[in-house]
Amino acid sequence: MTNPRTNWARTNRASTERAGHPSTTLGAKDYKSEIKPVWCPGCGHFGVLAALTKAFAYLGLPKDEVVTVSGIGCSSRIPAYIDGYGFHGVHGRALALAAGLKAARPDLTLVVTGGDGDGFSIGGNHFLHACRRNMDMTYIVMDNEVYGMTKGQASPTTQPDWSHSKLTPRGTGVPRFHPAAIALAAGASFIARGFAGSPNELVRLLVQALEHPGFALVQVLSPCQTFRPEQKAWKQAVHTIAEPAPADPSEAARLIQGDDGLALGVLYAQRAPVYQPRNQVEAELADIEAEFLL
Amino acid sequence: MSDCYQSCAITGSGGSGAVTAGMLVLEAAARAGNHGLMTRSAGPQIRGGESAAMLRFGPAPVTCMGDSFSILAALDWGNFARFAGEIPLTAETLILADPGAGKLPPELEAYRAQTRWINLRELADALPGGRFNMVAVGAIAACAALPLKAVLDAAAAILNTKGPEVTETAHGCIRLGYQQLPTDGRSRSALPEVPRRWSLSGNEAAGLGALRGGVRFVAAYPITPATEVLEWLAPRLARLGGALLQAEDELASINMIIGSSFGGVPSMTATSGPGLSLMMEGIGLAVASETPIVVVNVMRGGPSTGIPTKSEQADLNIALHGLHGDAPHLVLAALDIADCVLTLHWATRLAEHLQTAAIVLSDQLLGQSRSIVDPPEMPDLPNLPLGRRCAEAVPGSDYRRYQLTEDGISPISAPGLSGLSYTADGLEHNESGTPSSMAADHGAQLAKRRDKLTHFDVGSLWAEITGEMTGAGDLCLLTWGSSHGAVLEAAARLRASGRPTRVIGVRLIAPLQREALRAATAGASVWVVELNQDGQLFHYLRSEAALPEGARSFSRSGPLPLRPAEILDAIAAESADD
Ligand SMILES: Cc1ncc(C[n+]2csc(CCOP(=O)(O)OP(=O)(O)O)c2C)c(N)n1
Ligand code: SF4
Repeated sequence: MTNPRTNWARTNRASTERAGHPSTTLGAKDYKSEIKPVWCPGCGHFGVLAALTKAFAYLGLPKDEVVTVSGIGCSSRIPAYIDGYGFHGVHGRALALAAGLKAARPDLTLVVTGGDGDGFSIGGNHFLHACRRNMDMTYIVMDNEVYGMTKGQASPTTQPDWSHSKLTPRGTGVPRFHPAAIALAAGASFIARGFAGSPNELVRLLVQALEHPGFALVQVLSPCQTFRPEQKAWKQAVHTIAEPAPADPSEAARLIQGDDGLALGVLYAQRAPVYQPRNQVEAELADIEAEFLL
Repeated sequence: MSDCYQSCAITGSGGSGAVTAGMLVLEAAARAGNHGLMTRSAGPQIRGGESAAMLRFGPAPVTCMGDSFSILAALDWGNFARFAGEIPLTAETLILADPGAGKLPPELEAYRAQTRWINLRELADALPGGRFNMVAVGAIAACAALPLKAVLDAAAAILNTKGPEVTETAHGCIRLGYQQLPTDGRSRSALPEVPRRWSLSGNEAAGLGALRGGVRFVAAYPITPATEVLEWLAPRLARLGGALLQAEDELASINMIIGSSFGGVPSMTATSGPGLSLMMEGIGLAVASETPIVVVNVMRGGPSTGIPTKSEQADLNIALHGLHGDAPHLVLAALDIADCVLTLHWATRLAEHLQTAAIVLSDQLLGQSRSIVDPPEMPDLPNLPLGRRCAEAVPGSDYRRYQLTEDGISPISAPGLSGLSYTADGLEHNESGTPSSMAADHGAQLAKRRDKLTHFDVGSLWAEITGEMTGAGDLCLLTWGSSHGAVLEAAARLRASGRPTRVIGVRLIAPLQREALRAATAGASVWVVELNQDGQLFHYLRSEAALPEGARSFSRSGPLPLRPAEILDAIAAESADD
């Protein structure tokens, strides 16, 4: 029997074109689908969608070889807004779905998108293991420190004294989850922070993340207009950290632990072994069946 | 028919080598021309608990363990009491025991007269590195009238990776054990010309069936008794160019295989009850997004963590009804060890063709038992084109992934193909895949996902039907999963006593082939036989109005497997009441 994968696999055009020759044939708008986003006007997620399509265009990624995978939440709606292959799955499981897809189809460029609730609460375990597995994919977490889609509950990144949710009227009383620190501890090989309101800088980060071989986390501060209107102030508060990015984990840890959560840029980048099954045919089914013969 | 079989239980404390001894005797029996079956039983402990191998072999295929054992070989008496229920003995049972391992336990006092004492330990100590379980193998083989050469050949084959000294010592021990019993010159008899049969466990068979069906990606989280499906598959998938990914949990594994299948590679996971519970949301995603996947559930005693090392058929309800919303999917059950090959093969092809989720039920008894069988042939699977119905790009028109077609199957695509991109979605969607909460889209997509299953003609593989019916009132025993074996033997005894009996082993449980089932049971006196507390298949069939008037249920909880005699007793008791 032939390997079913060969029915689908294409040569990795994306990576050959990317190597120094960004294609100019596709513009950012070519990567956008005709579906109108359901987001509230002014939602930070618009900025992320725009930056992502610009990054695709910059890299000249063939539209059919990029797959966007997401869970559930306002931010997780992104796959439908991109003209290409996508999978809008269930809450918290996007990284797992993407790992299976990448293992089966290493030729594809994978982008996983979602929110802070999706990624760090319900999907927390998958997040840890995606970091340590270090498969080649880019994970964009649109962090608005709130559950937008279910109308304003605290997320793992919400401040402990934020008391505007009916579920936690006295605040969560629980320290915040620190995505960059946890990603570093879990073994991620690329960690960056961007801001939906700084489009050019965000495009640059996403390009670097897409080019990074291995698991690349990009935490994007993406204000929720509706449930966290105070996040408008991020525009003034964000600041860019000095380059180059640390490649040494203890240096990165110092930078990450010392920052105020609003520092933008690459916080850590290091080459590390990338997990990918070999996918090489060495036997036929008949050879395997012969093992049963007495 | 049961008279032609030999049966033997080998018990000891965990780590004493009871299971290895069992494997050796089984393979020796095969080399002497027998069919055979060996089931394993272990306690919850990893080591130091109890462990047993139960064997039955003879000239005809062996479908179940029978009602009692003719030989009990005890390597020691550690925790023997825990087996009392699993190893029924009779006045004819011969007990082989080592005086060095202590007195007969109180449960066996009544059998003192049939006990044959053999110094297993002392004999093994005569050889450097000698092991007493190998002495026991020799003694059992002599008792069971197996030629010595068959045992020596089996030992050489099984121990070949351990080096020539190990095999040589084992051969010495086996010879010593064999000499302890009279052998009527058997030891010198040449081995008969034997057809080359297969030795396989249900878990290996499930893995093989999946490979035959085209599965090349597996993601899973270990759980007893499904783990061996994965252990068997991992190196073999790698050789076939596929892969097995050990997931962080079952939530990950189910979503991983949805991702790989979306990528175009037929995909599977294997788990057991607690894992299946965790996978339910993901299975629903496969149904809604029409991504083909196969989930093998090797059942164990439940609920919750239940009895991990022993069997029950109590996950049917969750397999049928565990998904939220209206989520039609396939539920199949393998009927015996070799049938795990066919059922998984067929399930994979059905799931791929119908673009849905298939849950395949196996159980500990099938999964961890080993059988000597004729090589399962590649079946001619009826009504089933190979693989997925793939879409072709039509210039100038948009690809509609969830297009409403006559048979409900919408041509599928995969990343990389140009002009055929789409977003798979678990949210309700329209034909293009765009999320939609409109009643019309919901109704149309729900109906499509149901009708593609119910309108598909599955042919005759939905059940194994054995036995003719001669007229009204004949017996029909309806069953599923591993209970099929005991039911077949019960039916054979009923027929031998002059009562025409049909057996229906249901392989495709959902969608239920109601008309075919009604036709096969028409006019019969029907019993539904299964291993769970309240008769899960029986109640399902009743709710589907698929059973004739007066159909009865015989079911009891596990973990002890059903035995033919208790099925017969239940039927006899009921007839007496009539
Ligand atoms: C299993 C499960 N539990 C709960 C939900 C409800 N739910 C939908 S989206 C969401 C939170 C989304 O928040 P976040 O990931 O931060 O994304 P945002 O909407 O803020 O972009 C929750 C709890 C669900 N869909 N599935
Ligand atoms: S609720 Fe918040 S996160 Fe969701 S779309 Fe509106 S602004 Fe964006």
